[in-house]
Amino acid sequence: MPGKLKVKIVAGRHLPVMDRASDLTDAFVEVKFGNTTFKTDVYLKSLNPQWNSEWFKFEVDDEDLQDEPLQITVLDHDTYSANDAIGKVYIDIDPLLYSEAATVISGWFPIYDTIHGIRGEINVVVKVDLFNDLNRFRQSSCGVKFFCTTSIPKCYRAVIIHGFVEELVVNEDPEYQWIDRIRTPRASNEARQRLISLMSGELQRKIGLKVLEMRGNAVVGYLQCFDLEGESGLVVRAIGTACTLDKLSSPAAFLPACNSPSKEMKESPLVHPPSHGCRSTHNSPIHTATGSRLTQNFSVSVPTLIYTGMGSGSAGKEGGPFKALLRQQTQSALEQREFPFFTLTAFPPGFLVHVGGVVSARSVKLLDRIHNPAFVGIMGNTRSYKLLDWNSFNSDEPETRDAWWAEIRQEIKSHAKALGCHAVVGYSESTSICEEVCILSASGTAAVLNPRFLQDGTVEGCLEQRLEENLPVGCGFCHIPYDELNMPFPAHLTYCYNCRKQKVPDVLFTTVDLPTDATVIGKGCLIQARLCRLKKKAQAEANATAISNLLPFMEYEVHTQLMNKLKLKGMNALFGLRIQITVGENMLMGLASATGVYLAALPTPGGIQIAGKTPNDGSYEQHISHMQKKINDTIAKNKELYEINPPEISEEIIGSPIPEPRQRSRLLRSQSESSDEVTELDLSHGKKDAFVLEIDDTDAMEDVHSLLTDVPPPSGFYSCNTEIMPGINNWTSEIQMFTSVRVIRLSSLNLTNQALNKNFNDLCENLLKSLYFKLRSMIPCCLCHVNFTVSLPEDELIQVTVTAVAITFDKNQALQTTKTHVEKSLQRASTDNEELLQFPLELCSDSLPSHPFPPAKAVTVEKASPMGEGNFRNRSAPPCANSTVGVVKMTPLSFIPGAKITKYLGIINMFFIRETTSLREEGGVSGFLHAFIAEVFAMVRAHVAALGGNAVVSYIMKQCVFMENPNKNQAQCLINVSGDAVVFVRESELEVVSTQQPTANCQPSCTGGEVTT
Amino acid sequence: MTSELDIFVGNTTLIDEDVYRLWLDGYSVSDAVSLRVRSGILEQTGATAAVLQSDTMDHYRTFHMLERLLHAPPKLLHQLIFQIPPSRQALLIERYYAFDEAFVREVLGKKLSKGTKKDLDDISTKTGITLKSCRRQFDNFKRVFKVVEEMRGSLVDNIQQHFLLSDRLARDYAAIVFFANNRFETGKKKLQYLSFGDFAFCAELMIQNWTLGAVDSQVADMDVDLDKEFLQDLKELKMLVADKDLLDLHKSLVCTALRGKLGVFSEMEANFKNLSRGLVNVAAKLTHNKDVRDLFVDLVEKFVEPCRSDHWPLNDVRLFLNQYSASVHSLDGFRHQALWDRYMGTLRGCLLRLYHD
Repeated sequence: MPGKLKVKIVAGRHLPVMDRASDLTDAFVEVKFGNTTFKTDVYLKSLNPQWNSEWFKFEVDDEDLQDEPLQITVLDHDTYSANDAIGKVYIDIDPLLYSEAATVISGWFPIYDTIHGIRGEINVVVKVDLFNDLNRFRQSSCGVKFFCTTSIPKCYRAVIIHGFVEELVVNEDPEYQWIDRIRTPRASNEARQRLISLMSGELQRKIGLKVLEMRGNAVVGYLQCFDLEGESGLVVRAIGTACTLDKLSSPAAFLPACNSPSKEMKESPLVHPPSHGCRSTHNSPIHTATGSRLTQNFSVSVPTLIYTGMGSGSAGKEGGPFKALLRQQTQSALEQREFPFFTLTAFPPGFLVHVGGVVSARSVKLLDRIHNPAFVGIMGNTRSYKLLDWNSFNSDEPETRDAWWAEIRQEIKSHAKALGCHAVVGYSESTSICEEVCILSASGTAAVLNPRFLQDGTVEGCLEQRLEENLPVGCGFCHIPYDELNMPFPAHLTYCYNCRKQKVPDVLFTTVDLPTDATVIGKGCLIQARLCRLKKKAQAEANATAISNLLPFMEYEVHTQLMNKLKLKGMNALFGLRIQITVGENMLMGLASATGVYLAALPTPGGIQIAGKTPNDGSYEQHISHMQKKINDTIAKNKELYEINPPEISEEIIGSPIPEPRQRSRLLRSQSESSDEVTELDLSHGKKDAFVLEIDDTDAMEDVHSLLTDVPPPSGFYSCNTEIMPGINNWTSEIQMFTSVRVIRLSSLNLTNQALNKNFNDLCENLLKSLYFKLRSMIPCCLCHVNFTVSLPEDELIQVTVTAVAITFDKNQALQTTKTHVEKSLQRASTDNEELLQFPLELCSDSLPSHPFPPAKAVTVEKASPMGEGNFRNRSAPPCANSTVGVVKMTPLSFIPGAKITKYLGIINMFFIRETTSLREEGGVSGFLHAFIAEVFAMVRAHVAALGGNAVVSYIMKQCVFMENPNKNQAQCLINVSGDAVVFVRESELEVVSTQQPTANCQPSCTGGEVTT
Repeated sequence: MTSELDIFVGNTTLIDEDVYRLWLDGYSVSDAVSLRVRSGILEQTGATAAVLQSDTMDHYRTFHMLERLLHAPPKLLHQLIFQIPPSRQALLIERYYAFDEAFVREVLGKKLSKGTKKDLDDISTKTGITLKSCRRQFDNFKRVFKVVEEMRGSLVDNIQQHFLLSDRLARDYAAIVFFANNRFETGKKKLQYLSFGDFAFCAELMIQNWTLGAVDSQVADMDVDLDKEFLQDLKELKMLVADKDLLDLHKSLVCTALRGKLGVFSEMEANFKNLSRGLVNVAAKLTHNKDVRDLFVDLVEKFVEPCRSDHWPLNDVRLFLNQYSASVHSLDGFRHQALWDRYMGTLRGCLLRLYHD
């Protein structure tokens, strides 16, 4: 019996009135863990009860500790009838199970009801005493740390990066059980919340076991998702990267060195992956895999795209032999692994050697209902069922799902191989489900890694090796990883514009973050490709076939759009590429987001040339030349806007493969067209002259228009979907994380692909415009980690959800830096390398942070009263100064500008359902969802605060499923969020601690603390 | 293409002061949008009307959700749903409880009941303040009144504690509560020239000197109700005018002291008895509730108007009132010196404040 869980219920406040007669409430609390329940006394007639209970003690297995949530229910005592539930709090006690994280959970938690939302708060204290009991056959994996952050967390150092871990569990969805017809919506929602909580606990435990098997102690880049498959069940799956992490303990004396946010980034190896780059030459659909049938499921595996990069097999200082050696080493290290995948998007220095390009795979599956009466019976009988693995009832099911994913991963692996890469980084998986059709997608960036990190050995060793290698600074990752003579697809190679020794492609696409030592010219920007395709409504296999036939075209179109938009911006590389394909009843939607930049190592992108098919028509010619002029103007304007002024390089130095500027200015519809595989698809423009945009093609016309209608953000705004914006490094501490949701209804008439595209495009553009307007007070600012999610909840509805963080930066400093930007970045890159070697710089003081927020300043009272007199003196202190609620920041980034993360308290992974039967009264769909999202934020903040933290980093809203039925006045919404709870300390406060601090980069951080988040 | 749902939720709740003001002023979303358009915001930001509409809706929704909390401001501080920096919380509260001069003049001294609420329609028409805004202001008055009505301790402190208002606004509310409780008439035509500030000034003096709290700080209602015993005692002052010798003596004392110092000396001399009778009779009548209500009407009728018709400069009024109060101490036959000071000290302050055009 390895653990004792202790819970104390202290008090409640702001409870709702449950007794209309007295306008009061007789509240008591039930505390439940596993199958044990304790109750507090009834606190009569109060909305602010003080229970001050004894310690309730649960003696439990650590397996249960990992799986089960602590469930606290607040009820109103009723002598004559059943007690009414006020609401519940679920507390995940996982953070208490490993030693370095939180030691106690204590604080005010919102009391949540799935029908009424938040109804007051309850103060709870939770502790766990763990007994060491390591002899038993381990079913639990207590002690394995989980991080959502997709880089090595600050204040840790990676000893070994073991690799990919994955797991999934399947269960029946309580919403679809027969009992759901007779139970209340509340009971049904609670059953679902509890089940998912149990399943994620179990999943995490199982993943932990795998990590222990690999001799790791942590999972980084942990991503857990739910697939609500409806009648066929509920799948919870997770992927992550197993690592062995060492906690860094650095003496305070080292702190001073790094206190500007930008500097911090450079020094910390995490955010600051060494030169690895990826480039893409897009080449289009390569494998048209034929549909394969699994035993009992229909499945079509879909042509997959590889956006590759190419690497030169050998060149430069490293020379051939070394490279071969390197490859040998890594291969042996990686070949032991089934899937050499890494969910990280930023890497320790020296980890990533070359980047090939984006690899992705999709497959369309049919979900089959599995009838199992026995199972339903058991689920129905008892409300406190123990989670039953689908396994025990239908051993087929999880295997089927596993097989599906294994298939896709295998494909990804082979794509990577084709690119001369032995690993995939920035790897992620997703699904889109509509009725019984499910699209599984996986994507990542093919890469060549440094083997030293993958084996037992020390980081020091790696660093030594790195020195030996002497990789060119800021461009090494761009160099092609495969053999020039044996390229997997045709591409234009040139000598690297930076080192001039190795070959680089002309365009590079990747799914990872921009390495911070990469030499970038100018600023980056968010680039999106948006696409809709109508599809006939169909059933089962016909439907799946229709979808799989459409997918390659969509991939191709999305890719072309990205390419054109990239060129229009005058840039040559995409980072953080994420392509989402969403399936609906009668349409498919594709949305690709990435951050475009100009890499100094890659050649200048060519322009876009338009050509008409009927060159004889005079007016037509005129029209074309008008369009051409517009495009050229836009490119010139963008170059100015994003400050892209690459240094002039004389042709001789670079060598032949670079086409003359004039030639290059003719646009490829996409280079990939020249690739052989394209012909398999027989696209209308296959085999045509590359680089020319045929305007006779209506699609192309549309493309040109959409290119030109994309409005750049207003001045003072930048946006990107990566962690940091290239070209901006002087962040202030003012941040604002937000979620925005929009749903539009399409008029069912005249639905054409064009109209659909326009609607979708407008939806996204308008959403961005609204964001810029709302956040105008933060100018100059950058929207970072902009994450769009598209879903098609119903026939004619399109839902777009955006989560991002706006960060203000200091304009004056920005101006300075841009002037000498190129020089500086070169310089910076080299100094970085040196700094990187000094690991102690990596901060992580164990000391508790001092309170990060200064007491509120005097309230400014403005002219609120009409009384003209100015002669009143204040009798008492400003009334609002005694606010008791601490500020908790939330950000999708892995860091907080102007601050040091000193401690990781554990993973936050929460799932909520909210339902209403009085939609109109709650302000309609907008009012309902607005309130719900605000409540979700509040619950996340409360949990973080109770763990002793003051921020959530790597926050992500993984799911926001919204369903409405306005006729019945009903709506339901499911939200799943996760992130890492942390403690951070403002750099300005660190400075106070140590005296040698250089003050130059001191941020005005403290004041920001209360104003923002 | 129609927008079904459109929301923005920040981890820190965004508060747009301009939109908040429009919301408080009771404008509908569409009115607010057109007002914002007129303010030139589209040109400044390059936004479209659709963006403005969406933004305004969003803010209105937020304010609507916050309103429940604003009804009990301490809740706003302790709630967890909206993360709002303290300075913004203070701003939200302060503005929510702020009121329009025109509105408060209409309801000052009236009973804060349902009946009055029905009159809000008329007030809205008369003042041009939207009905919605009138309702909010009226409900604020009523809410504050209900909460502090029966409470011990200083009225202003209680209001500040329960509504977290700034000192100045809390004082204003104290005046409103005091007036509502004592139902002072403020709506008569001859009182129209007085501002809310004038009344609030008088209220504060009266609270300080004439209520139970002025004597004993431990009773309920101490700052809200006038000290009944004191009002009863005021009858004793009647002898100052009833006793002919006393009145003459009083007059001569005042005239002697002020001769040559007043520009309106002769008018004062001529009017002394009338003025003195007026002031003393007001005091003597305060035992009746009805006369209490008419206090301000009486003061204006009996003192302000006569002086004004003789064109007394303010400074002369001040000199006169000072001398008038002080001279009573030299009247040997008069024993209620303390009572007189408690009455006249306050009244003198009030009269000086009320004496203007």
